[in-house]
Amino acid sequence: MGLSWMAWTWQTGAFFGVIALLLIGMSLWEMKDPGGNPRRGVLGLDTTRGDRLFITLLGSAYINLAWLAILGPSLGWAMVLCLVYAVLVFRYV
Amino acid sequence: MQKTLNNKAWFMVLPVLLIVALNAVVPLMTVVNYSVQDTFGNNVFFFEGTRWFSEVMASERFHGALMRQLFFTGTILAIEIPLGVAIALAMPRSGFWASVCLVLMALPLLIPWNVVGAMWNIYALPDIGLLGFGLNWLGIPYDFTQQPVSAWFTVILMDVWHWTSLVVLLAYAGLQSIDDNYYRAAQIDGASRWAVFRYIQLPKMKHVLTIAVLLRFMDSFMIYTEPFVLTGGGPGNTTTVLSIDLVKAALGEFNLGVASAMSIIYFLMTLLVCWLFYTITMQGEQK
Repeated sequence: MGLSWMAWTWQTGAFFGVIALLLIGMSLWEMKDPGGNPRRGVLGLDTTRGDRLFITLLGSAYINLAWLAILGPSLGWAMVLCLVYAVLVFRYV
Repeated sequence: MQKTLNNKAWFMVLPVLLIVALNAVVPLMTVVNYSVQDTFGNNVFFFEGTRWFSEVMASERFHGALMRQLFFTGTILAIEIPLGVAIALAMPRSGFWASVCLVLMALPLLIPWNVVGAMWNIYALPDIGLLGFGLNWLGIPYDFTQQPVSAWFTVILMDVWHWTSLVVLLAYAGLQSIDDNYYRAAQIDGASRWAVFRYIQLPKMKHVLTIAVLLRFMDSFMIYTEPFVLTGGGPGNTTTVLSIDLVKAALGEFNLGVASAMSIIYFLMTLLVCWLFYTITMQGEQK
C-alpha cells in the first residue's frame, strides 16, 4: 500500500519532519542532562523541558492562527514571533 | 531516596504506541495534509497553502457554530455539575435504597446516544409526544421542529437527563470516601450544614469534580449524535454545533480542505482545554 492516499506535500512533510527532529533533539538533550530540568516559572507552574516544548508548539499554533485571522496570509513574521515566544518559554516558563 | 528504575517496562507499552500511531497519528497527519490542499476527487490534489485556515477563521458560519458550541457546553456544565452534586448529597449513604438510587442513576448512562436522540425526538414531538403535547396543553407554545428556543430547551434538557448521572456517580464516590471522623468533629464544633459542605465535603470532592468537569466538557464539546438525531442541527442551523457543522462540510459538501482546517482548529481548542485542566489538576495535587 502506497502513501498516496495521505496526500503528502513537501510543506507538510517538512512540518512533521521538524517536529520529529525536535522530539529526537529533546531525547538527546534528556540523555545528556537527565531529569528534564524541572522548575517553577513565571506562570507559577512546575514545568519540565517537555512541558515547555508542548507549551511552545501549542502557543505557536495559536500565534499563527491569530496572525492569519488578523493580519493576513503571509506568515513570515508570525514565525519570527513564534521563535521569540519559544525562547521566552524555554527561558522563563 | 534513590529509586531503582527498570526502563524495560517501556517495551510493554509499545503495542499501545503502535495502535495509537495507526488510529490517531496517521489520520491526524492526513487531516493536516488535506488542510493545505484542494481536491476534486480521484486522489488529485492542488496545493492551497493557508487559504482554508484564513477562510475558516473569517467565516461567519464557523463563528456561529463555535458560539453555539460554547453556549451549549457552558449551559450544560452550569446545570449538570451543581445538580449532580445536589443529588449525590441527597442520596442515602448505605443500605437498600442506596443501591436502588445507584442503579436508577446508572440507567441513562447505559442508553446509546442515537437511542437517546430518537427517544427524546418522539417524547418531545408537539402533536404526539408526552412532553411536547403536555407543554402545549398547558398553554406553553412549544415546537422544537420550528422554534429555536424550544429546540435549545430540548437539546439541553436531553443532555442534562443523559449525563447528570455521571456527575452524580462521581460526586457520590467522592462523598463516600470521606471518613466519618470529619463529620463527628464538625458535629462537636457545632458546624452548620453549609459549613460541613463548604469545608469538608466540597474540598474532598474537588478531584472527582475536576474529572467530572473535564469529562463533561470534552464530551459536550464533541457532542454529535444526540442533537443530530433530535434536531438535525435545526430549525435552520440554530442548534448546529461544531461537530455537526464539521460533518456537513466534510461529508455533506465534500469540502475536504475547509473541513480539515476546521478539524485542526477544533482539535487545538480541545487540546488547550485538556492541557489546562490536566495541569491545574496535577499541580493542585502536588500542592
